[in-house]
Amino acid sequence: MTTLNIAATDSATMLRRRLRHFIRYPSMTVQLAGMPVIFLLLFVYVFGGTLGDGIGGMSGGRGEYVNYVAPGVILMAVAAVAQGTAISAAMDMTEGIIARFRTMAISRASVLTGHVLAAMLQTLFSVAIVVGVALLVGFRPNASVVEWIALTGVVAMVTFALTWLTVALGLVSQTVEGASNLPLPLVLLPFLGSGFVPTDSMPTGLRWFAEYQPFTPIIETIRGLLVGTHIGNDAIISAAWCAGIALLGYVWAKKLYNRDPSH
Amino acid sequence: MNNAIAVTGLRKAFGDNVVLDGIDLDVAAGTIFALLGPNGAGKTTTVQILSTLITADGGQMRVAGHDPDREPDAVRDVIGVTGQFSAVDSLLTGEENLILMADLRHLGKAEGRRRAAELLEQFDLVDAAKKTAATYSGGMRRRLDLAMTLVGDPSIIFLDEPTTGLDPRSRRAMWQVIRQLVAGGVTIMLTTQYLEEADHLADRIAVLDHGTIVAEGSSAELKRLVPGGHIRLQFIDPGHFEAAARIFSENSRDDDSLTLQIPSDGDVGSLKALLDRLERESIKVGELSIHTPDLDDVFLNLTGRPHAEQER
Repeated sequence: MTTLNIAATDSATMLRRRLRHFIRYPSMTVQLAGMPVIFLLLFVYVFGGTLGDGIGGMSGGRGEYVNYVAPGVILMAVAAVAQGTAISAAMDMTEGIIARFRTMAISRASVLTGHVLAAMLQTLFSVAIVVGVALLVGFRPNASVVEWIALTGVVAMVTFALTWLTVALGLVSQTVEGASNLPLPLVLLPFLGSGFVPTDSMPTGLRWFAEYQPFTPIIETIRGLLVGTHIGNDAIISAAWCAGIALLGYVWAKKLYNRDPSH
Repeated sequence: MNNAIAVTGLRKAFGDNVVLDGIDLDVAAGTIFALLGPNGAGKTTTVQILSTLITADGGQMRVAGHDPDREPDAVRDVIGVTGQFSAVDSLLTGEENLILMADLRHLGKAEGRRRAAELLEQFDLVDAAKKTAATYSGGMRRRLDLAMTLVGDPSIIFLDEPTTGLDPRSRRAMWQVIRQLVAGGVTIMLTTQYLEEADHLADRIAVLDHGTIVAEGSSAELKRLVPGGHIRLQFIDPGHFEAAARIFSENSRDDDSLTLQIPSDGDVGSLKALLDRLERESIKVGELSIHTPDLDDVFLNLTGRPHAEQER
C-alpha cells in the first residue's frame, strides 16, 4: 500500500472508532445540538419581536428576525461541535490507547483525522436539527437545491477548519477543563459579528472588529445562500479564512501530537 | 540476527533529571529478559525509548536490527507493547478493540475477524466479547490489553509491569501466557518491581537502579553475587543469646534484637547438627528460620537498601 492509501485506511479506521464512541456516549452529541437550538428559541421568542422590528422596519417582527438569525445560529452549531471536539480530543489523549497507537506503524495523524472527520458528521447532524427547528418556528429560506448543496459545502468547509483548530486546542491544554474553556471565544464570535444583529448598528470599534472577523463573511455567505442576500466577496473571503485556519490547526495539532509525551 | 535487542550507552534526561545514565543491554531472540528495579529506576523510560514512544538523548540501539529513533516505522512493524497503564479503548467492546488493532495492522476484514475470535478464545474473553471494556475487571483488561498487542503477531514484545495491580491468580495466569508466547519463538522484554516475577519468568535479569544497571545475569548468577544462606536464631533470654554466640563463633550478631545469623546452606544434616548442639548446651531458642539467598538479598546487596518498601 502507498503512504496515501495507508493514511486513508487508517483515518477511516479511526473515524469508525469515533463514531462508535458517539453511539456509546450519545449525551455529548445531543447536548452539542441542543445548545444552538436553545439560543435559536431564546432569540426568536424572547428578543425576536423587538429585534425584528429594528431590522425590518414596520414589516419586521418575529418572522423577519427568524430569517435573519438562522444563519448565525447555524454557525453557532458548528462552533459548538468544534468546542466539543477540543474536549473529546483532550479526553482521548489521556487514554492509554493513544500511547499504543504511537507505537504502531500507522499513519501518524490518523487519530486526529478521525476526530476531525467524526466532528464533521456530528456537525451535519447538529446543523440539520437547527435548520429543522428553525423551519418549525417560521424560518422561510428561498434556497434552491443547488444553494442547499452549496450550503452543505460551506458548513463542511468551516467545520473542517474549526475542528482542526480545536483539535490543536484540545492537545495544547493540559486538562479536559482547559480544553472546554480555550475554544469558548468561538461560540461567542457569532455575537460579535453579523450573526444576531447587523454590524452597522454597533459602535465604531466593535463594528470594525465585527466586520473583519472571520465569522462575519461566513455568516453572510450562509445568509446569502439561504435567503438570497448579497454575497459578493464574502464567499472568497470565507474560503481564504477557512484555508488559513485549517492549515494552522493541522500543522499545530500534528506538531503537538508528535512531541515526546511527558512520561 | 542473534540479538533481538542490542543497546549500548543509552542515555535520557528529562530536564536536569538524568533518568538513564548509559545503560547496555543485549537480549537474545526467543528469550525473556527482565528489567528489575524500584519505581523511578528508569525501567519505563527504557521501554518507551525502545518502543519508539520517546527518543533517546544518546547511545546506540538496535531493535530487530533497526534504530528506533531513525527508523521508527520499521521497529513498530515488528514490536508489540503493553504499557503500564491499560491501553484499551474503554468505550469499545473487547471484540471491537481487537478488530480495531487488526484494521490498524492492515490484516484485512476476514483475517482480522478470524484473529480477533482466536485471541478472544485464547484469553478467555469470549463471554465478555460484546461488552464494553469499561465494564471489565482489572484482570480482564490486562488480558484484553495483551491480546491487542498480539494481533499483528509481533516478534518482539515489551511488557511494562504486566502484572502490577493484579490479584495472585490473574498474575499466575499472565505468567502462563508469557511463557507460552516465548515457547512460540517471541522475544519478550518485561519490566517488573517484583523479584519473584523476574525469578519465575526471566532467562536473564538486569537490575536497574538510578538509571544504571548494577548487575546482570541469570537468576542463579545473581544469587551467587550475595553471601550464602544462613540460619537465623532469635533468643528471648540474653544469657542464652550470649552462650549461643560463644558456641557458634562464626556468626553475625545483633545485640538489640538478640538474634544470631549462622552461615548454612540450609540442608537437613547441618540443621540437625545445629539443633543437637543447642540441645546439649540447654540453650533455649525463641525462633528459628532458615534463609536461602533470593533476589531480595541481591537487591539489598546491590543497591544498599531493602526492597521491602516496594513489595505489595
